[in-house]
Amino acid sequence: MSNKMHIKLNVNGEGHEFLAEPRELLIYTLRERLNITGPHIGCETSHCGACTVTINGKSVKACTMFVAQADGADITTIEGLGGPDNMHVLQEAFREHHGLQCGYCTPGMITRASKLLEENPNPTEEEVRFGMAGNICRCTGYQNIVKSILAAASELNAAKEAAE
Amino acid sequence: MIPASFDYHRPSDMDGVIALLKEHGDDARVLAGGHSLIPMMKLRMAEVPHLIDLQSIESLRGISINGSRVTIGAMVTQHDIINHSELTKVAPIMRETSLQIADPQVRYMGTVGGNVANGDPGNDMPGLMQCLDATLHLVGPDGTREVAARDYYEAAYVTAREEDEVLTAISFDAPSGGYSYEKQKRKIGDYATAAAAVTIQTSGGKVSSASIAMTNLSDVPVWSEAAADALVGTACDADAIKAAVNAMLDDIDPTEDNRGPVAFKRHVAGIILTRAITRAWDRA
Repeated sequence: MSNKMHIKLNVNGEGHEFLAEPRELLIYTLRERLNITGPHIGCETSHCGACTVTINGKSVKACTMFVAQADGADITTIEGLGGPDNMHVLQEAFREHHGLQCGYCTPGMITRASKLLEENPNPTEEEVRFGMAGNICRCTGYQNIVKSILAAASELNAAKEAAE
Repeated sequence: MIPASFDYHRPSDMDGVIALLKEHGDDARVLAGGHSLIPMMKLRMAEVPHLIDLQSIESLRGISINGSRVTIGAMVTQHDIINHSELTKVAPIMRETSLQIADPQVRYMGTVGGNVANGDPGNDMPGLMQCLDATLHLVGPDGTREVAARDYYEAAYVTAREEDEVLTAISFDAPSGGYSYEKQKRKIGDYATAAAAVTIQTSGGKVSSASIAMTNLSDVPVWSEAAADALVGTACDADAIKAAVNAMLDDIDPTEDNRGPVAFKRHVAGIILTRAITRAWDRA
């Protein structure tokens, strides 16, 4: 059955065009077709959040979206937030506060947290926990993840104030 | 996971959707947020040769409030509901319920229409729609029609919607008085072990009217007139609440699954309903 579609994606500011079967899950498109391997496959059943990316301003689990649905979308992955030479404030905070152990869940955590802080720049601890409830970590017990996100929020707010 | 192959359609209006449904019949299904259908397709428990994505149909997106009448388009997401301050002002039970559905990522995608229309006994909106006596708006090849939420659910995944019909919106009169949506679940993202939607109106310190529905305790949502009647004329004292709970326990029909045996579910149902009534009364 040849029902390939012409797909256009904008990922981390870069345009991509290719032919794909509509049934391809977006997480595979990102990882295997575009070699963007920051978003991870954890459970592949929309529970764990390791595959979280930002699609048209929404935090989405990329294992539960067909590439066809994302046709025309703007996507940001962890790679679009920062890398070893230009770390995002959240990445710095996770390093500083030991917000990870094995690191497998971290790209999804940070990508989700970036959207959370965009929507709620000054969250309480409870709001961080509620807003991060779609991401599972099996190492840290979450304490340091929450600490990292709260620290990043303070840092971002301080930077904003300094700029004003 | 690789679902069965399908052709993808993204029409820009409802006429396009209806035409595709007419053309492909049982081979076509509409896709809203996809967080029920895509997992089923990944497991190959659902095979959909023609998938019709509703994401580009603007007419399915709005929330409108006209006096006390609330209309919510089928493609409005739980995230939209949570962040809609005007809706929260007139019908806070919508936000209270939406906050208890799934997790943040799923709520960005999950829609009112999908939750209501699918007929999944685990979904939260069907019980809430019955509690609110909502009207479901359907469109099909023969035009539009309305079905009361209380008449819509026939069995698990079996509803009054015909194969070639699509739910376009729900509407209801915003309830006055007190409200509560209480849900017991094993973890974030799980369906309810038991959940209850309650609204209570009062007059002269007594319950003048009430509406009570529960979720995931039968193969359909359970709106219990007898449970509500047990509260009317009382001050929601312990005996009245107990009578309402007993009436509801007569109406539910839970089955054993990985959330527990029947006796446990009945126990949890009683606790959740007691909490929901108590909170709705406190807010009335």
